[in-house]
Amino acid sequence: MWLCIKVCPTNVFDRTETGLPLIARQEDCQTCFICEVYCPVDALYVSPYADIKQQVTEQELVSVGIIGSWREIIGWGRGRTRLAEIDETPFIDRILPPQGTISS
Amino acid sequence: MNLHKQDSTLQLETDVLVIGGGPAGTWAALTAAAKGSKVVLADKGYCGSSGATAPSGTGVWYVEPEVKQRQEAKLSRYFMGGRLAENDWMDRVLDQTYENMNRLAGWGYSFPIDPEGNVFRQGLQGPEYMRLMRKLVKRAGVKILDHSPALELLADEHGVGGAAGVSTQGGDPWRVTAGAVVIATGGCAFLSKALGCNVLTGDGYLMAAEAGAEMSGMEFSNAYAISPTFSSVTKTAYYRYASFYYEDGSVVEGAGSTKGRSVIAKKLLENRQVYARLDQAPADLQPLLRVGQTNFFLPFDRMGINPFTDMFPVTLRLEGTVRGTGGIHIVDDTCATKVPGLYAAGDAATRELICGGFTGGGSHNAAWAMSSGSFAGEGAAAYAKSLGQHAARREVHGLSSAPIVSSRTYGSTLQKPPIAAEEYIRAVQEEVMPYDRNLFRSDEGLRDSLYRLDRVWKSIRHEPIHLDYQAVKRREAAAMTVTARWMYRSAQARTETRGMHKRIDYPDVDETQRYRLITSGLDDISVRAQRVSEEAVSL
Repeated sequence: MWLCIKVCPTNVFDRTETGLPLIARQEDCQTCFICEVYCPVDALYVSPYADIKQQVTEQELVSVGIIGSWREIIGWGRGRTRLAEIDETPFIDRILPPQGTISS
Repeated sequence: MNLHKQDSTLQLETDVLVIGGGPAGTWAALTAAAKGSKVVLADKGYCGSSGATAPSGTGVWYVEPEVKQRQEAKLSRYFMGGRLAENDWMDRVLDQTYENMNRLAGWGYSFPIDPEGNVFRQGLQGPEYMRLMRKLVKRAGVKILDHSPALELLADEHGVGGAAGVSTQGGDPWRVTAGAVVIATGGCAFLSKALGCNVLTGDGYLMAAEAGAEMSGMEFSNAYAISPTFSSVTKTAYYRYASFYYEDGSVVEGAGSTKGRSVIAKKLLENRQVYARLDQAPADLQPLLRVGQTNFFLPFDRMGINPFTDMFPVTLRLEGTVRGTGGIHIVDDTCATKVPGLYAAGDAATRELICGGFTGGGSHNAAWAMSSGSFAGEGAAAYAKSLGQHAARREVHGLSSAPIVSSRTYGSTLQKPPIAAEEYIRAVQEEVMPYDRNLFRSDEGLRDSLYRLDRVWKSIRHEPIHLDYQAVKRREAAAMTVTARWMYRSAQARTETRGMHKRIDYPDVDETQRYRLITSGLDDISVRAQRVSEEAVSL
């Protein structure tokens, strides 16, 4: 089964008769970027806009190198280093400006 | 009609049923399986990608078992939480979290090692963590039902004994009878599109309450995250590096990510757009920030915005009880509810025990999820075992407050509901999203909202629900409606300002109200006070 159909938490995709995935319920998309990071062939693009539809073409996304970029950043896919292995952000937590008291 | 009468129903018998497949649910499933229980895990989406953790990076409250460090850790949010956390619970969660994180390392999670050879275990990358948890759960022999939201719990006179739901991929009903059930369905963010939160609609609260469970701390339910106006990415921690501006570049006095979030809300209420720029982040830290929360930068990169040098418009997105602390009331160390056979874990359970009335993102939340999941998994396994052979012979029935009817039996003869689920949802959102209702609360505002929310509930609670994928939206609408009513009833009862709960008509802490508020009931909601364990957290 196609991974995007499987992993989408809000069930945005349907499988068509040809077996290919279709974005069937875009209004249920919560722009969580999960489908994009799981897609092994970099065929998906999640818009930075949560509430409005963005018009894009595959060509322009490919030309600016956005397609598949998050998968590459977190190091999923063959021959890549997983980000988890180099993430030392707890260090940052210690030098973040102190968290104030709760908002008033 | 009963769900199990349909021919195509998937029917399973198990010792422990876990509802929800995020961190809490997967830890519960793993723990119960390790105790020898047969386990089924049903997730509304996909176990491994569902919920608030999977698409994020998260800090974890991982503290070495050393007296001084532990003491500081416990005190770090104790006063922010209005002194409602409990020392014993913080100790237990710190111990369990330490153990679980070390286990994760043994199971193959790649924690980073710095050049001096120190291992960092204070953080987890969401996609990586949850993908591993799914793998571990499967390896433990747990049967996973993906895209299988539970619609109602099943019970007999002795207690809860399973759940029934529907597959959103294929539409077939499912029914699992079990010796014990763990609710790990997350909190409720009211479909605000806060990152990964749209599967978190309070379903577990509703189902638990229908079984007779109570809620606790539902007044601590007004968490709002800072996010770019256009985006779902609600990662507030980095805004500690932000300065806030008006459109003309002048500074918004007093605005900030922690203490000054109210200032931002007030400006937005006045229809003045607020902009942020992370210009307080030192240049040498910026690459590290990119590693810690990679998805924080996704929307910016996609729009050609450099958040360290460019101003961008911000808003406050409701996170409700996901990063509030209220949830199902826990009655003992095993995360049992007051209903026999029913357990709660993670955001679905009250997090007041370790956070009191305030929590940030990550850290305590991640620790609570994995610890309470472990406690509940162990408790549920022991309970199921204690039932012995009796469990399989139980005649359990559905508990939904609105009748769930088979669409196959009634077919087209069942009338389409007069009011669409989306309309109910919008009505609830109009009461819980506005800052001048939920963030800044007043008796008058709460009373107005409750009047309207009670009407929504009266309408929705009697409408029969078709057993198809639409059933999920209708149950979500009902869950959000009743959650909002519990929130505002307890907010009305707490006539003070404590933790994240802010009353503009009672702006100060009232020391006589240092107690928990327990909410119960669906049609008639009652609120009672319960004392907090007096054992002090020492300074």
